[in-house]
Amino acid sequence: MSNTNSTDKDAGTGLRTTDRAMDRVQASLRKRYRAEKRFRAYGLISVVVGILFLFVLMASILAKGYPAFRQTFVTLDVYLDAAVIDPQGSRDPAVLRVADYKRLIRNSLQEIFPQASGRSDRRKLVALISNGAPFQIQGLVMDEPSLVGQTLTLEVPASADLDMLMKGRIDRSVPETQRRLSDAQIGWVDTLIEQGRVHKRWNKALLSNGDSRDPEMAGILGAAKGSFYMLVVTLVLSFPIGVAAAVYLEEFAPRNRWTDLIEININNLAAVPSIVFGLLGLAVFLNFFGMPRSAPLVGGLVLTVMTLPTVIISSRAALTSVPPSIREAALGMGASKMQATFHHVVPLAIPGMLTGTIIGMARALGESAPLLMIGMVAFIVDVPQGFMDPATALPVQIYLWADAPERAFVERTSAGILVLLAFLIAMNALAIYLRRRFERRW
Amino acid sequence: MEVTTMSRDRQAGSQAGARATPRATASSFFGSDRSSDVPDMTVGAIEHDDPVFSCRAVDVFYGDKQAIFDVNLDIGRNQVISMIGPSGCGKSTFLRCLNRMNDTIDIARVTGRIELDGQDILDSKIDVVPLRARVGMVFQKPNPFPKSIYENVAYGPRIHGLARDKVELDEIVQTSLERAGLLKEVKDRLDQPGTGLSGGQQQRLCIARAIAVSPEVILMDEPCSALDPIATARIEDLIDELKENYTICIVTHSMQQAARVSQRTAYFHLGYLVEVDETDKIFTNPIHKLTEDYITGRFG
Repeated sequence: MSNTNSTDKDAGTGLRTTDRAMDRVQASLRKRYRAEKRFRAYGLISVVVGILFLFVLMASILAKGYPAFRQTFVTLDVYLDAAVIDPQGSRDPAVLRVADYKRLIRNSLQEIFPQASGRSDRRKLVALISNGAPFQIQGLVMDEPSLVGQTLTLEVPASADLDMLMKGRIDRSVPETQRRLSDAQIGWVDTLIEQGRVHKRWNKALLSNGDSRDPEMAGILGAAKGSFYMLVVTLVLSFPIGVAAAVYLEEFAPRNRWTDLIEININNLAAVPSIVFGLLGLAVFLNFFGMPRSAPLVGGLVLTVMTLPTVIISSRAALTSVPPSIREAALGMGASKMQATFHHVVPLAIPGMLTGTIIGMARALGESAPLLMIGMVAFIVDVPQGFMDPATALPVQIYLWADAPERAFVERTSAGILVLLAFLIAMNALAIYLRRRFERRW
Repeated sequence: MEVTTMSRDRQAGSQAGARATPRATASSFFGSDRSSDVPDMTVGAIEHDDPVFSCRAVDVFYGDKQAIFDVNLDIGRNQVISMIGPSGCGKSTFLRCLNRMNDTIDIARVTGRIELDGQDILDSKIDVVPLRARVGMVFQKPNPFPKSIYENVAYGPRIHGLARDKVELDEIVQTSLERAGLLKEVKDRLDQPGTGLSGGQQQRLCIARAIAVSPEVILMDEPCSALDPIATARIEDLIDELKENYTICIVTHSMQQAARVSQRTAYFHLGYLVEVDETDKIFTNPIHKLTEDYITGRFG
């Protein structure tokens, strides 16, 4: 109504105003386009910088990490001497288990290098072979006691020092005293290479072993399984609890001071430093409930508490974004509140809820601080077989390896990061797949 | 537009008097003293011989603001009653009282009596689930569930347990779609999403969904406002057919539509029911000045 009035009043002066207005528009137009161009450039630059950083990071990790997937092996003819393994001839597993297999390796090396006869020479010679090699032979003999007395051609893992030499990580030109391998050892290695006894193979140990003091025997499997068990506990607990809490708060709870208080607390919890949750886990789960130390179950519980706020907040956001017309439609049909919520609202919110859960899980996967307090930052050799076995987690393993003095652990650290990233990518891929699936249903 | 704040001194309704706000607010939107023209009593014929709904002294509040003032109205059985009035006049709010959809708004409060076949539905003991099964609703914007056409229609019967088996459910879906005049268009693609239909088809799907639970009353809140004239005409034909079996309350912005489809018309203004009567009478010989102004297009 008022619009009509104003147009009438301006009619007399209309033409002149329009001309001037167009001039001004033209003038401001160029400025506007320049601003837009500038803004686009800023955006593009930041994207490029981001990609560059990511590229440098990935390239450096890949370059450092990929050699860890190759390991040097030495082919030896090992004579399974009955006099060494089982002098009594009982073939008792107890006897076979404790036999001195290291001596067999030393003997076979000495056959190749008869001149190295002194005590220290012999020690240096054996140092070329991994401490894991005797266990490999032990395993063979325990499985098949009839092998005793035969000569086997075996590929045994080389020690980390030999491996490093093969990968060019030990500089032959530096003085002998500053090297981990002596001139004599390097000479023997060269002979072994000449005889074609040294090969690089796929490093099975890295993906199938638990942690070890010896880099060449150290593997990521223990940590990966620990992380896996922990995430299973976290997912199984945090998804249903988080979604249920979000649905209740968003759809059913009355709006009053109490729900406001709860909401504020949930939002604040999402910002609490993760180590605090570790302390909470220590106080509540270990000390009060007496749960086992270092167990993935406890780790999972702590991470559940940590991820719950994230899951609740994102699930609530997903529920809010469901159009109210859907709720009205269902309620207008005579659906009860619960039917409207679970038949129509929650299915539409599920993709968003999954996204939030996955973000929470990804964060949980990368956490090491809360695990510090509940004993999961530990040197654990055995691969955990269940939720109650002592275990560690991938980021913790990476930290432990990064902290180790041996040169060979450097590449394993990067390899560990690669495994962690692979874990993450797999999880995200699963999330995207699930989201697509649920979205397609509608 | 904060129409709800605009009220005028009216001694008859005690709550209304208490909540009266300065007249200046009202006049800024509706010219001089529009609000003072609202009659003390609804003019026309509020009563009906065979009422499904009988509303007495209905007030609706949103928080502190009153949206509906002392509405008295009977809604006749197997009739179409249309509610017209400018935006924000409270016609949709009143419609939503009839199946207690206002319950879903936390701050909404309804007082008075609304009797459905002699039973007061505003009683807090009344279960809204069966009430809404008896009083179905079609909304302004077509809002089919993001499911298949079949599932959309089958949802109501399924949650209310109306069908004993699959065969019966199929039959209900078929007849509902048939009655909504949609069956011919969709019978080959019942398994396709309801959201893939055109706007008019979606709205007819919503009507089919509403009649699938065999309600007594269907409330329609501007069902054609998002549709083109052809789709609107189809819905209007449909309303005409449906009135044989159902009571229909329709809120509409189109006076032509009200004139075409309804037997009775109620005119709302600023939360007051100004006039209600036979549609013919309202459109040819309105009693109140406000009604006349509105139907002749002088404002609104």
